[in-house]
Amino acid sequence: MVALFITLFLPLAGSLFLLLLNKDKPKLIKYIAFGFSFVTFVVSLFLLFFFNQDNPDFQLKFEAVWIPSIDAGFRIGLDGMSMLLLLLTTFISTITILSSFGAIEKREKEYYVMILLLQFAMTGVFISLDLLLFFVFWELILIPMYFIIGIWGGKDRIYAAVKFFIFTAVGSLFMLVAIVWLGFYTGTYILHNAAGFTTNFFVLKSALLSHPIPIEVQRWLFICFALSFCIKVPLFPFHTWLPDAHTEAPTPGSVVLAGVLLKMGTYGLVRFNLELFPQASLEFAPYIAVLAVIGIIYGALVSMVQTDVKRLVAFSSVSHLGFVVLGIFSMTVEGLQGAIIQMVNHGLTTGMLFLCVGMIYERRHTRDISEFGGLARVLPAFTVFFGIAMLGSVGLPGLNGFIGEYLTLFGAFRSPVLGSQWYTIVSATGVIFAAIYLLWMFQRVMYGTINNPKNENLKDLNKREWLTLVPIVILIVWIGVYPNSFLKISENSTRALVKKMELAKSGINGKYNLNASNAYKK
Amino acid sequence: MHELIKFVPLFPLIGFLVLGLFGKYLKKEALIGAIGSGTVFGSFVISLLIFFDFAAAHHEKPILVPVYKWIETGVLNINISYQVDQLSILFSLIVTGVGFLIHVYSIGYMHGDRSYYRFFAYLNLFIFMMLNLVLADNLLLTFLGWEGVGLCSYLLIGFWYDRKFEGYKITWTGDAGNKAFIVNRIGDFGFIIAMFLIYNEFNSLQYTQVSNLAAEATMQYFGSGTITAITLLMFLGCTGKSAQIPLAIWLPDAMAGPTPVSALIHAATMVTAGIYLVARNSVLFALSPFSMEIVAIVGIATAFFAATIGLVQNDIKKVLAYSTVSQLGYMFAALGVGAFTAGVFHVMTHAFFKGLLFLGAGSVIHGMHEEQNIKNMGGLKSYMPVTYKTFFVATLAISGIPFFSGFFSKDEILWMAFSNGNVFLWLIGAIAAFFTAFYMFRLLKLTFHGKERFDAHHVHPHESPKVMTIPLIILALLSAIGGFLGIPYALGFWFSHQPNLLETWLHPVFSQAQAILHRTEGHQVHSIEYILMLVSVAIAITAILLAKRFYSDEKWSVPKALAGKFKPVYNLLFNKYSLDEVYYAFIGTPVFKLSQSFLWKIFDVKIIDGFVNGLADVTVSTGERIRRIQTGVAQNYALLMIGGIIIIIAWLVLSY
Repeated sequence: MVALFITLFLPLAGSLFLLLLNKDKPKLIKYIAFGFSFVTFVVSLFLLFFFNQDNPDFQLKFEAVWIPSIDAGFRIGLDGMSMLLLLLTTFISTITILSSFGAIEKREKEYYVMILLLQFAMTGVFISLDLLLFFVFWELILIPMYFIIGIWGGKDRIYAAVKFFIFTAVGSLFMLVAIVWLGFYTGTYILHNAAGFTTNFFVLKSALLSHPIPIEVQRWLFICFALSFCIKVPLFPFHTWLPDAHTEAPTPGSVVLAGVLLKMGTYGLVRFNLELFPQASLEFAPYIAVLAVIGIIYGALVSMVQTDVKRLVAFSSVSHLGFVVLGIFSMTVEGLQGAIIQMVNHGLTTGMLFLCVGMIYERRHTRDISEFGGLARVLPAFTVFFGIAMLGSVGLPGLNGFIGEYLTLFGAFRSPVLGSQWYTIVSATGVIFAAIYLLWMFQRVMYGTINNPKNENLKDLNKREWLTLVPIVILIVWIGVYPNSFLKISENSTRALVKKMELAKSGINGKYNLNASNAYKK
Repeated sequence: MHELIKFVPLFPLIGFLVLGLFGKYLKKEALIGAIGSGTVFGSFVISLLIFFDFAAAHHEKPILVPVYKWIETGVLNINISYQVDQLSILFSLIVTGVGFLIHVYSIGYMHGDRSYYRFFAYLNLFIFMMLNLVLADNLLLTFLGWEGVGLCSYLLIGFWYDRKFEGYKITWTGDAGNKAFIVNRIGDFGFIIAMFLIYNEFNSLQYTQVSNLAAEATMQYFGSGTITAITLLMFLGCTGKSAQIPLAIWLPDAMAGPTPVSALIHAATMVTAGIYLVARNSVLFALSPFSMEIVAIVGIATAFFAATIGLVQNDIKKVLAYSTVSQLGYMFAALGVGAFTAGVFHVMTHAFFKGLLFLGAGSVIHGMHEEQNIKNMGGLKSYMPVTYKTFFVATLAISGIPFFSGFFSKDEILWMAFSNGNVFLWLIGAIAAFFTAFYMFRLLKLTFHGKERFDAHHVHPHESPKVMTIPLIILALLSAIGGFLGIPYALGFWFSHQPNLLETWLHPVFSQAQAILHRTEGHQVHSIEYILMLVSVAIAITAILLAKRFYSDEKWSVPKALAGKFKPVYNLLFNKYSLDEVYYAFIGTPVFKLSQSFLWKIFDVKIIDGFVNGLADVTVSTGERIRRIQTGVAQNYALLMIGGIIIIIAWLVLSY
């Protein structure tokens, strides 16, 4: 519990501490920021010792009074899925800060303050067990991210930052409305508590289990939450903010965006939509799965025709996260487990692809594919890393991406909720397209001979860059070769969730009569 | 003893890791070559030991050797686990045996290459993946090997990534690598879906379990739609990996890689993975007569179609590549008529003679300073005698000259096509055999015989070093005598009751499938078998004589006249039936255009973003307009308020 507390607040402490420093010492600021982030990562590893994998429930819980009049509290805790995503967050944040050393060359102090604040907020999102607290963290993300894109971004950074902000904020508004309704309904009609309101996730979960919300209302609540999350994922057709944000963000911004931020959407879908609105989730599953499948193919096809490497990788995210959403709404253990591991995978491989793109950008200050060619000759070590990230993203067995894709497709294939094998069959063609756009990009950038004299004297990786990439490669191979060490962490909480969904499904067929015996009349 | 199977793939893996991570610091080529070949030799020795042990113990059932749990979640429980049985041992011997020889050969061939260590690292990785493919006890581990060998193929085709290579829409060797990988991915799509269907049906991906369950419920499954879907999808995977119609297009371009790669991956081992997969799942295929028919037809059609292309190609490696496609077609034809042993037998003999042909071609290219066009060769016989002699042996073997290895295996296939299939299968196969003998002797004549057509001032052909010729000699021996492992009963009945050693050895693997097909191993002697045998020998000899006649004439007047007379046919063959062009015109280009000009530039940018931006614009402009209400004049506000009150009252009154 203390470790969880430290994991959450150490980045905030770092952020505040940096504010006290003199901005003329960027080197010191960098190292301190890295130090805070790295220590946080180490502490978060200790959580694994305290975390009991056999227990499907939330663990390492902590609760403090926050706003008693609406029963909103500072409630945090971990289950298997949030454990994995928390580790991903602390890991990617450390890597991101390390990669910032080369990528950020102005206003370092403000930057590192922002990035640590961002880490604090992201961690908060994954461990909040209170809807209002979650919402605060969710919105808090926007502030540092807005500035990171808007100040340290590329040419059209302002457009991209505003677009990012508005897309996400619009979604959040709906979520807030739904949270208020939910809190009021549960507090007043089910619990009859003093506040007449609650945002306690636990209480909500158990209250709604025994007193499901009438399906007509549940649908709307589901949509409000889902809209917010699907924009964040982003699910087709809400994805258009992503390519702009990614392309304009500085390298570390893209890494953290792809690595962690997008997972907040998929995390939210599992944590809130599935847990709180199981009946509506069952109803909507086929529709969302269709969007996921379209996203898989669409993202891949549009990726194929990009001329900007970074935009290409950005569109590939749309495709990859389609697999995650498909896995989630298969509502099978395999599909959800696949989705969770795929969240981690995407964070690692796409994060690494962005790092690699950033490394050549730092050397050449362009991301136009036609500017490159033959880089393998001058950057042999870089080629290996870039190649591994590319293959991980292609979904080569033995590397991480395959495990996630295989499990999500497997889950969707057998899903009683989706009830059709076509979701999988169509999505599996995405595997072919992934090979096309990634291999082709790699060919044009790395292979052939150097035609552009500017590419002739590029320097291969320096020590810091090695240090950034090696840990990711280790994880990419680890997950591919021995995924069990990761799957085990979330296995039991996933099983519990699926069991719950199965109960809800049998409820739809008559166990609960949702329309008649609902809690309204009590 | 069988526990040692774990080390068979482990050695090349260690080799890969050592060479890949530290190869840069190993300065001596000899050391790198020794590590690369040594690990594979180690695997070969262990495979041999396991073979002797397994044979001595007369095991009928496969032995499973689990290593560790790979994916365990939900209902899935997939192990990294190896299966020791007759089929996997045979393939492991071929892979490590031929693989070792080619590694040794590469020590000489790659001499002086600046990425020497990288080459051997990739080769070792390939052997590791290939061994996983053939030793796996479940489909998913096979799939790991399956895609893994595809990766190595990709990496090795594009090994000289800064060299150009000619092909349709191909500029660099890397483009050829991409093509190979992507075309294979289309096949892998089928493989993946087949795996899902198998799991749905049998709740397992383990070969032994799936086969046993399917064989027990023969009545239920025979001819069922599920099994047909499974086998056809699986076969789609095979057409990718083994370069069959409709996915055959990648193999000729794969020749962009260094020649030892063509020998190892694109002739002897990887491309036979499709045959392995069908043989391994023989029970499933046997349960679907429709799929079997498709396999046979696709196989024989590919055999024919590739052989015709081979007739007119001038690049020494391209001829061999089309020949490989054609020979793989024969193997599938054998599988398709239920002659699993014959198919596997041809895999083995083909590994010997085609591996040898490619290595010989490499030796020629090496000696000719990277020249590959046979029209610019000729008379090399005297310059490189060992290469010539071994190449000659291999040519005899592939042409089906009696008592060389190819004779036994190809003849067995043709006989099976006739007796289990029908006369058309046999006829097309026989014609393709005629073409085979013809193009091989054309190749031999143009390369080694006749006048020297190269510029002797600039090109100085020379024999390759011993490290390259010794593997050639060993493979030549195997190509010559390897066929005696599978003497047909009709020829061997007088000295043994079981002359076909390979059939006896593989019997336990295929017995379930044979039972489903109601095949008893035909131990009767049919007079027609002798007649067909004589016919195919006659065909081979005619073709050889014809090729000799055509190309002994230094002006090639007959073939030139023929090409002129049948210009459209010649062009069709020379342009490989324009398959690449057709695929691009009907699939590649439209999809690309659609993605670029509609999905991205219109749907993404105009429609979705346009909608969002439009929403923003509407908000702003509405705000602009509504702002005018705020006039600041109190009377206006009062007027509006009264108007509002009147409307509300009216509403309330009217709604009651």
